[in-house]
Amino acid sequence: MSAPAVSHRKLIGKLLAGVAAAFAFGFALVPLYDVLCAATGFNGKTEGGPGDKGLGGFSLGGIKGQAAAGNAPPSRIDRSRTVTVEFTGTVMPGLPWDMRPLTFSLELHPGEMQMVKYLVRNTSDRPVTGQAVPSVTPGQAAQHFDKIECFCFAQQTLAPGESREMPLTFIVKPEIDPDIRHVTLSYAFFSAVQDRTALNKQE
Amino acid sequence: MSHATTAAHDAPHGGHGAAHPSGLLRWLTTTNHKDIGTMYLLFSLLMFFVGGAMILAVRAELFQPGLQLMQPEFFNQLIGVHALVMIFAALMPAATGFANWQIPLMIGAPDMALPRINNLGFWLLPPAAMLLTLPFVLAIFGIGDGAVATGWTLYAPLSVQGGLGVDFAIFAIHILGISSILGSINVIVTIFNLRAPGMTMMKLPIFAWGWLITAFLLIATIPVLAGAVTMLLTDRHFGTHFFNAAGGGDPILFQHLFWFFGHPEVYILLLPLWGLMPHVLATFSRKPIYGYKAQVYAFIAIGLLSVVVWAHHFFTAGMPVPALLYFMYSTMAISLPLAVLFFCWIATMWRGAMSFETPMLFAQGFIVLFGIAGLTGLVLADVAADAQYHHSYFVVAHFHYALFAGGIMGVMTGVYYWLPKWTGHMIDERLGKLHFWLTIISFNLTFLPQFFLGLAGMPRRIPDYALQFTEFNAISTVGAFILGFSQLLFAWNIWQCMRGGEKADGRAWEGADGLEWELPSPPPHHSWETPPAIK
Ligand code: HEM
Ligand SMILES: [Cu+2]
Repeated sequence: MSAPAVSHRKLIGKLLAGVAAAFAFGFALVPLYDVLCAATGFNGKTEGGPGDKGLGGFSLGGIKGQAAAGNAPPSRIDRSRTVTVEFTGTVMPGLPWDMRPLTFSLELHPGEMQMVKYLVRNTSDRPVTGQAVPSVTPGQAAQHFDKIECFCFAQQTLAPGESREMPLTFIVKPEIDPDIRHVTLSYAFFSAVQDRTALNKQE
Repeated sequence: MSHATTAAHDAPHGGHGAAHPSGLLRWLTTTNHKDIGTMYLLFSLLMFFVGGAMILAVRAELFQPGLQLMQPEFFNQLIGVHALVMIFAALMPAATGFANWQIPLMIGAPDMALPRINNLGFWLLPPAAMLLTLPFVLAIFGIGDGAVATGWTLYAPLSVQGGLGVDFAIFAIHILGISSILGSINVIVTIFNLRAPGMTMMKLPIFAWGWLITAFLLIATIPVLAGAVTMLLTDRHFGTHFFNAAGGGDPILFQHLFWFFGHPEVYILLLPLWGLMPHVLATFSRKPIYGYKAQVYAFIAIGLLSVVVWAHHFFTAGMPVPALLYFMYSTMAISLPLAVLFFCWIATMWRGAMSFETPMLFAQGFIVLFGIAGLTGLVLADVAADAQYHHSYFVVAHFHYALFAGGIMGVMTGVYYWLPKWTGHMIDERLGKLHFWLTIISFNLTFLPQFFLGLAGMPRRIPDYALQFTEFNAISTVGAFILGFSQLLFAWNIWQCMRGGEKADGRAWEGADGLEWELPSPPPHHSWETPPAIK
């Protein structure tokens, strides 16, 4: 009558192992996704500097680190075409700041080094630290968008009421797909998270 | 699994006839598959009305442009909880109710393989449903700011920033997920181990096949959803940054994780119903099921394909062209096995001696309307078209043809078909037909205009709209109210059938074929204690 008890148990064991594997797979997607994005520039994640080793598998998406030696300006400038770069910025909830680009849009030749500035102001009456996170659209342009010097490489602290012009030096590499004539660089300024600071120190 | 085992109870279940607890205790402690099936189905019916009431409030707000009845925050809560309730507390439990009642009867097993797990699986549902809806009540008393307001997709960063309702939803999803996993394990073990002797896998009733694939999909995808909402929880409260760009995470990652579960979920909801359709069509066409093997292979193909197409839900979030193309073509490829199913359904009816009792009417309504869902899905799968239609009412109309016409009407088909078996009484045909015609007319009145609203650019999930959308929204709202109130006929018919009515034979429908029809109606509390012989 009760012959299948063992095989029940075996089957249940296998199925539970399947459940565990699926759960693990969900978490494995986190680093996998980041590796994929870093390799291909999906999602407009731009390359960071040499410090971009990630937080337990997370790419820092170009948040920190200085320009790597390999990021030196390429000698070739492609004067046969132009790319329009537009600049936008958003301040995320929780950060009492204003920001706007001083240059809204710029036409340049791929390979040319350019500098633009954002005007950022602390509207509160206390010192506040923020961190800007860049994103490039279309995503395919991201891997050819090199930031040489960027206020997003480090956290920025503004005194109460202080305004500051924050510079960005960049190159759109000549390897960029000729079909792309329009690139948008967008920054989201976040309130710097406490434990995030701790992580920075560790590195 | 070579040996189909004999009448096997590896767990005690309340003693044989002697000491059944009665009253509430009976239902709390029951391990009988028929009792548990009944509880699942009644719970599902109740939640169908709860979710329906929420969305009627939404439709009332959308009757006219401007804000009349509610604030946008409350509107957002209603649409999200409506969807979560309908998917997790109405459609999925209904399918599990079918599984409980029918799989043992149809494969000649005395009960489900794991009766106590079965009981637990059901009793996890009411607390989860309460967790989902409790924040509405708490808000009345000034605690929190209401239920989850992110829509059922819980996209980050909105869900990272959201209020108390998000935490409740996360816990509810965890509990519902555990319940589904337990149910799936039970179905798989039952089908693998408890088939009557001689019932090979290729003799398995097609309904059981549909459920088997569903069960595997649940096991593969629910844990990924559980992982995603766990990450959400730790992002909210424990300082991780899975989805927080400031900490190096990525909100788009959430969309990948969610839809890795979410797309297979739509097949999880429908496969049990695709499994039941051939039985109904064959019964009322008085012909055998056409293309049994083709349908089984189509189920398997759909199950496999469904886990590799998820990104078609966020083409517009930004992807490289090769990825867009891959997800477009793989999505369209799913329509091939789906078309096989459609042709098999039609061929089953072809030149049959058809009669049009209520279950047959619902089955045919299902085929036509679900066909529209599939065809409009192909439109959405087209990357270029989707750039315009994404997040518009076109999408809303598409998935209601899939989930109301394909899902809920499929459940109704099954309920009308098997109710005589379960209760021993025939349904009231006149009432059933009235219910069918009211449902199908008002369903189209509700959702057909939404295709055109979407094509004209009306976005979804917004409580207000531009003036040119007024007429179609008014029509849609009128349709929705007729649709909603017609469902009371369904509940009334079920109630009547449980109470009494014309006695049903063992083979309640003249053309019905299958093991369940060889038992009396209703079947005794313990059935197939000696397994039937399969030719
Ligand atoms: C050939 C079959 C199908 C195709 C090609 C298809 C394709 C699609 C696509 C591309 C979308 C995304 C649209 C957008 O958001 O822009 C979508 C949305 C959706 N589909 Fe389908 N679909 C099909 C069948 C189904 C079925 C069978 C179901 C349900 C049982 C379903 C349920 C849904 C749901 C719920 C959504 C919207 C989810 C949300 O954003 O909340 N679809 N479908
Ligand atoms: Cu999908």
